[in-house]
Amino acid sequence: MSRTPASRRPGPAGGSGPAPYRKPVPTFWWLRRRAYLVFVLRELSGVFIAWFVVFLLLMAGAIAEGSGEYERFQDWSGQWWVVLLNVIALLFVLLHTLTWFGLAPRAMAVRLRGRRVRPGPIVATHYLLWALLTAAVAWLILKG
Amino acid sequence: MARRSPEPLLWLLFSAGGMAAALLVPILLFLFGIAFPLGWLSAPDHTHLLSVLRHPATKVILFGLCLLCLFHWAHRFRYTLYDGLQLKNLSLAISLLCYGGAVAGSVAAGVVLFRI
Amino acid sequence: MPETDRITLQVARYRPEQETEPTWQSYEVPLRKEWTVLDGLNHIKDHLDGTLSYRWSCRMGICGSCGMTVNGEPQLTCSAFLTDSAPGPVRVEPLANFPVVRDLVVELGDFMNKLTEVKPWIIRAEDKPLDEGEFLQTPEEMDAYKQYSMCINCMLCYAACPVYALDPDFVGPAAIALAQRYNLDSRDEGAADRRDVLSSAAGVWACTLVGECTTACPKGVDPAGAIQRYKLTAATRSLKDLLWPWGQR
Repeated sequence: MSRTPASRRPGPAGGSGPAPYRKPVPTFWWLRRRAYLVFVLRELSGVFIAWFVVFLLLMAGAIAEGSGEYERFQDWSGQWWVVLLNVIALLFVLLHTLTWFGLAPRAMAVRLRGRRVRPGPIVATHYLLWALLTAAVAWLILKG
Repeated sequence: MARRSPEPLLWLLFSAGGMAAALLVPILLFLFGIAFPLGWLSAPDHTHLLSVLRHPATKVILFGLCLLCLFHWAHRFRYTLYDGLQLKNLSLAISLLCYGGAVAGSVAAGVVLFRI
Repeated sequence: MPETDRITLQVARYRPEQETEPTWQSYEVPLRKEWTVLDGLNHIKDHLDGTLSYRWSCRMGICGSCGMTVNGEPQLTCSAFLTDSAPGPVRVEPLANFPVVRDLVVELGDFMNKLTEVKPWIIRAEDKPLDEGEFLQTPEEMDAYKQYSMCINCMLCYAACPVYALDPDFVGPAAIALAQRYNLDSRDEGAADRRDVLSSAAGVWACTLVGECTTACPKGVDPAGAIQRYKLTAATRSLKDLLWPWGQR
């Protein structure tokens, strides 16, 4: 190795010896590895979460306008392309939920009575909370 | 310490949004986006939904969900554009688009939800 | 011992005085049950081609100097067995995301600078004289950081990290994990000294939690977890500063 002070990014002019070779990053680097592809898909779930907000607000607006507008919303949301979009969105949201719960124990170092809680129980708590909230929301909407 | 980077607070909003979305969005999207339109379950009638939406707790929860989800989207989308498409040199424009979009969307959510 | 089985090693060569980008060269080496990729490279160096350059030292996963890309994965070549790649060929490239100096040797300067930036040593507000004895620590206190202290600076995590590939300014997995190793040490008082580097834009906030650093780590350090935990610490702190600006610094 050259004895010149190591620059942060050795370029063609840095150092005394010949230029080190820097491999360029391909534009679609995330297609080259399964883990990278899953990562990009996980990040793209954010787009579908934003779509859900739009869908929810359209529905809430329609309900506020009256029953006629609510029926028009129901007709619109029954079209094949809206349902298809929502099916894709749900798959992405589920990917988000599963990866989110899976990564949760990484960020939290929970201690109980001086002992570090293992990742398993932390993940299980998340799933339990998810089940409870899902049941509560479904009950609230379907009871009428 | 005079360092005032918005990054930690944006990350907190992102994280809270990620948690809220993971817990609440699947069931809501499944019911209203798939199960009711396809007739798997009979859709609730208008009066029931209106009474649920008029409850102040529902308004606050839904507004919080919308706001956090939008900031969650903004954060992830910003980094996806940075890394996935290697557009970090456009970072100012991208930040404006993402967080500006989240603020605008949250205002819209507030207007829609609190006028009901 | 009769040598019946052989395996081909496709090795990336880069000799800056004669080529502008790496080329491939194939060598055939004996395939033995107990041989690793590093043993294959040593066989090449000793018997086939003395011009091949690469780094190695301990052959037992301690020194962290033989990290390379084996069949596309960042690995310690001393723990990647040839039989796992049989029937071959085995592709051996230098560690990804670092400038290549020659053949399989990469430039370490960037990582070494980052390592010193995060001050990975015990910092005390006031030094304690030697005759006052050692700093005591309970097993629980040691447990808080022990995992992060296993890092051998092999840089496999940098090779696995797409954020570092795209932005070489990113402080990176191992340096942040080592900073946490000292931040979480009960004897250390230097968390404030490390904060500026760790919570800068090129620090923890550049990480998007791809998680491949943890997958690549041969020592179970979990740098991705270390970064996430620091994000939570830094964010909670900022929130406190915002809501309680007149509180303790």
